[in-house]
Amino acid sequence: MEDAVELTGDERAMLAGAQGEAVRRALDYQAEVGRFFGAERFVPITNAHMMGDIEVLGDAGLAFLREARDLGARARIPVTTNARCVDFAWADRLGQDPGECAKEREVIAALQAMDVVTADTCINYQTLYQPHLGERVAWGDTGTVIYANSVFGARSNFESGPAAMAAAITGRTPEYGFQLDRHRKGRFVVDLSGATLGDLADWGALGKIVGERHQNYYAVPVFTGFRRTPLADELKQLGCALASYGSMGMFHMVGVTPEAPSVEAALGGEAPWEAFAVSDAEIEAVYRGYPLGDGDCSLVVFSGPQLSLFEIKVLAGLFEGRRLHPGTQVFVTTSNGVRSAAEKLGYLKPLEDAGVAVLEGVCFYILQNLSLLRERNGWRNMISNSAKIVNIIGAHRFRTILRRTADCVDIACTGKLS
Amino acid sequence: MSAPLLTIRVERAFGPAVEGEAVVSAEGFSPRYDLDRWTGLITKPGHRLEGTSIKDKVCFFPTAKGGIAAGWAFHDIKAKGISPMAYVFGVTNPVMVQGAVLAGVPITEGWSEDPQRVLKTGDWVRVDPGRKVVELLRRAP
Repeated sequence: MEDAVELTGDERAMLAGAQGEAVRRALDYQAEVGRFFGAERFVPITNAHMMGDIEVLGDAGLAFLREARDLGARARIPVTTNARCVDFAWADRLGQDPGECAKEREVIAALQAMDVVTADTCINYQTLYQPHLGERVAWGDTGTVIYANSVFGARSNFESGPAAMAAAITGRTPEYGFQLDRHRKGRFVVDLSGATLGDLADWGALGKIVGERHQNYYAVPVFTGFRRTPLADELKQLGCALASYGSMGMFHMVGVTPEAPSVEAALGGEAPWEAFAVSDAEIEAVYRGYPLGDGDCSLVVFSGPQLSLFEIKVLAGLFEGRRLHPGTQVFVTTSNGVRSAAEKLGYLKPLEDAGVAVLEGVCFYILQNLSLLRERNGWRNMISNSAKIVNIIGAHRFRTILRRTADCVDIACTGKLS
Repeated sequence: MSAPLLTIRVERAFGPAVEGEAVVSAEGFSPRYDLDRWTGLITKPGHRLEGTSIKDKVCFFPTAKGGIAAGWAFHDIKAKGISPMAYVFGVTNPVMVQGAVLAGVPITEGWSEDPQRVLKTGDWVRVDPGRKVVELLRRAP
């Protein structure tokens, strides 16, 4: 076929089955995806990050993993897993389904048998692997991809579970999208000179405003004019919100991200679609935009993405010496590594003393049985400082409300929402 | 084969040719954000298709929202028997394509005419990825 991906000799042999059926199937699948996007060739990758949990896999996905394992599929490059839907230490307390939990254990075992590192984190870019400028990887979830492209200058498309797994098995990915220079140019300019962005939630609100304005994978914003150096956790919230509200895969920030030494360089010599400013007034308007329903404060969530050690430390300070309002539940999710460090450093105790649940290896919005959890607990509103989770949890029929970090803590401890 | 009443050209396409009833959305789509993956109903409160089933439908969405989940989710809902017949996107992202290819469900991106202007939910359409066209075969009764 004229638009087929051009193959090397090695790749032709792989497609002919020389390296086994698992490799043949993985490359064949990747070639089909590459053909859709007009990829001309495959490019080697160094690292993959994949989503694989029973909530999204379903029984069909588990069967797919079993079959791949039985066909001898093995990762040929380092590959890690994204957050999953069960923290086994909490499964009973949360009333999660024992049958699904057993399947989740089987998912983990199947992945491990294929040499997948089941790290179960969506902040691999903070805790596990930091690719360098120009390094090609195959990552998902979206928050990991936008961080890799934007902050590291590495190259990845949104690679969903089966795509990242195929990439790990073949050690390559089709060259399209953000693997190519031409898609990495900024498309429009956002002036932040009037924005304070003092809380992580403000960065998420910024991502919501910009993402909703251009819902397009290739709409790469160029941020300019911000008056201080942003922190990694701030760029993380911005990226996750852009990817969530706009399905965007990359942003530039002039003087901050490596492919944006200037506005002109970030735009790659082309004229921007538009330029606009986001200032404090627009950020404030985001917070006023959430209907509060009956004012239910029974669920406050710090999750989506998992919290860094620094975020946990801040939360520990805010909850120190306080107690949750009766009837309110608070969930924090993070990685095993961060939780272990937080425990050792004494950051967990103030949280647990206050009544906060700190889960590891999961993200709140993908928890197995979440709709049932909502019904059992009578949760109507979900309050969070993460714009991403506020956007993403809708199918479970929550009314969601974005608030700043300290406000979320106050709501959790006073039971008063305003 | 009857002559189409209208032809929309698409830019990119995968999968076998299929026919089905159109669901034309004014809003983008994510299986994770918007869909109950056990019933096939769009359940996100306030989604412009809230309460609509996508099962066996040819779904027209202007954009893709989010999200990495579609990679596995399209395969999962196909196995559960609640998959759309085809996904027709104005602008999509790689995840939707990776998911549709895994599931073997047709998917297209880019259109010569905005379906919201020329099609209605309930119209009977054919998606032919090989010819890169979507054709209107019968108007909704």
